[in-house]
Amino acid sequence: MAEITLVEAINLALARAMTEDETVLVLGEDVGLNGGVFRATQGLFQKFGPDRVRDTPISEGMIAGLSVGLAAQGFRPVGEIQFMGFIYPAIDQLVSHASRMRNRTRGRLTCPIVIRAPYGGGIRAPEHHSESMEALFAHAPGMRVVIPSSPASAYGLMLGAIRNPDPVVFLEPKRIYRAIKEDVADTGEALELDKCRVLRMGADVTIATWGAMVVETLEAARLLSAENISAEVIDVSTLKPLDAATILQSVEKTGRCIIVHEAPLTGGFGAEVSARIAEFGLTSLLAPIRRITGYDTIMPLYKSEHYYMPKTSRIVAAAREAMEFA
Amino acid sequence: MFDLKIPFTQYLAVDGTAIKQLPEFARDLTILKSMYRAMLLTRLFDEKAIALQRTGRLGTFASSLGQEAVSIGAASAMRLEDVLVPSFREQGAQLWRGVTMTEILQFWGGDERGSDFTGPREDFPVSIPVASHAPHAAGVALAFQLRKELRVAVCILGDGATSKGDFYEAINVAAAWKVPAVFIINNNQWAISVPRASQTAAATLAQKSIAAGMPGEQVDGNDVVAVHHVVSRAIEAARHGQGPALIEAITYRLADHTTADDAHRYRNDKEVSSHWKAEPIARLRAFLVSQEAWSKQDEEALLSECSAQVAASAAAYLAVRPQAASDMFNYLFADMPEDLRAQMERFLTDSQERTDG
Repeated sequence: MAEITLVEAINLALARAMTEDETVLVLGEDVGLNGGVFRATQGLFQKFGPDRVRDTPISEGMIAGLSVGLAAQGFRPVGEIQFMGFIYPAIDQLVSHASRMRNRTRGRLTCPIVIRAPYGGGIRAPEHHSESMEALFAHAPGMRVVIPSSPASAYGLMLGAIRNPDPVVFLEPKRIYRAIKEDVADTGEALELDKCRVLRMGADVTIATWGAMVVETLEAARLLSAENISAEVIDVSTLKPLDAATILQSVEKTGRCIIVHEAPLTGGFGAEVSARIAEFGLTSLLAPIRRITGYDTIMPLYKSEHYYMPKTSRIVAAAREAMEFA
Repeated sequence: MFDLKIPFTQYLAVDGTAIKQLPEFARDLTILKSMYRAMLLTRLFDEKAIALQRTGRLGTFASSLGQEAVSIGAASAMRLEDVLVPSFREQGAQLWRGVTMTEILQFWGGDERGSDFTGPREDFPVSIPVASHAPHAAGVALAFQLRKELRVAVCILGDGATSKGDFYEAINVAAAWKVPAVFIINNNQWAISVPRASQTAAATLAQKSIAAGMPGEQVDGNDVVAVHHVVSRAIEAARHGQGPALIEAITYRLADHTTADDAHRYRNDKEVSSHWKAEPIARLRAFLVSQEAWSKQDEEALLSECSAQVAASAAAYLAVRPQAASDMFNYLFADMPEDLRAQMERFLTDSQERTDG
């Protein structure tokens, strides 16, 4: 077993999937010899050749559309969109075609594609390189939205996404691509999609989050424990379809819930989590649900991005307030 | 590299006389008769579909009146193992390839099962969004190339589609990778109410191929002999590793855009009637008659045979049992996620309550 980073875990999972299944292809801008701008596909070109690891024209809609065609013919394309800020031309293909293909042909043609994209702020990147727009995808029916938060979950969820027979938007928290190292064994074992993961058990307050914000949330839970506040941390992992049961069970136990995400507040996926608790868990609530999120602003350029990013201190303060409320 | 001149191919004049020696395939009159039959069947089918729509038994429908030669000329140039990636006005091509009239009616009649073709299982369902199916054809063609299969993806799209990025992105990548795909522009002169002249300043639509680096040519889209010939040549070149091509078939939309449209609002009858003179079915019939290969009796027999087939298909469509209410949930994913199952169960309970109440 080796200690690897999140981006190395993605690479390991891609290599594993390509070794096990000849129909798995990797395509995108700079994924070949260059190994991807974040090196997520490093070495794959050399190992699997230009047919299976394919540099494409810089044309995001085409990458997704081409994948739809390949998938209908039995391939399992993994398309890389270099940054989430450039994914919008591909949304038409994902919403209008990929997510509908199985349903509209009553299962005759299917679309087992994975569209990967690094997302989120905090790496001092240029304009359009730091957004968190996961809710756009979660709203559209027919596809999964999966977000890892650690090397191990990246490895397992990526394998799960590639093996899944339906389209998956796989969003990679690039701020923590190299921030954490952990032991990941290349066992070929996928993590189950459509499940939340409880990262830390607690009794007083549930904190649900995903992606890079797992780091701040776990840190907040550690600080809170010093104040004798016991936080349960849930990594939502698959936003859509949502494993609401795990969150509801936790809130039933704790009676308090904080949702943390980097994306803007209004219409963010935290609103969905919050609504589920309001609909199905209201009677367990001892305090109002709180959302600690980005703001309804344009993601600031990097000198100001730290103002935008949710901080550990805000999570801690929200938890204290919830405890003081009841 | 490429000849910047865009060739134009036509064999049959508007009155059906051959303006030059017909290509090899067309010397077999039985093939021309089968194309004639297919075009006539398509026209009768369109008529029936409109009648069903007007009487409230079918949803919005897009007639291919006047454009039958593009559909039939293209589809007849394909092999069964090739894959058609059509836009929504190519029912002629679909019928030729074995999609049933009942299935097409089912689709426009609001039933997804109409796209679960019993015939060409790998063909794409029609794309309602304009041009966004073009990259699918490039993807299908790449699959053929990767598997070293001698098959071709054939994408048909409209003149309006050539104004969209998807179209350019698709022909660009197809040419860059030399995949076996043929893109056919069914240029019927109108994108709903926007005429060809307002669509682009380009002298031809076919010349857009030059920027992509693939050959492009124009063909008389109302001359089924020419369409079949030009498309066959492109398909066989693509099949044998010579890369993709773009073909602009010039035709005219004699019908409204769809049954939801009224073309009188934006074009005059004089223009439309002038194009009736060039329509493809009368043209091929005139040629067949001139070859003493077609008689009044043949025409009557064919009309009655095709009408009966259309009527039987319409009856079969009307007799199709509705889908289960829960089918909107059942086909979304290979395995229904728990969260969706919960929604379905609530839906079923609600429906039950409404029925009970």
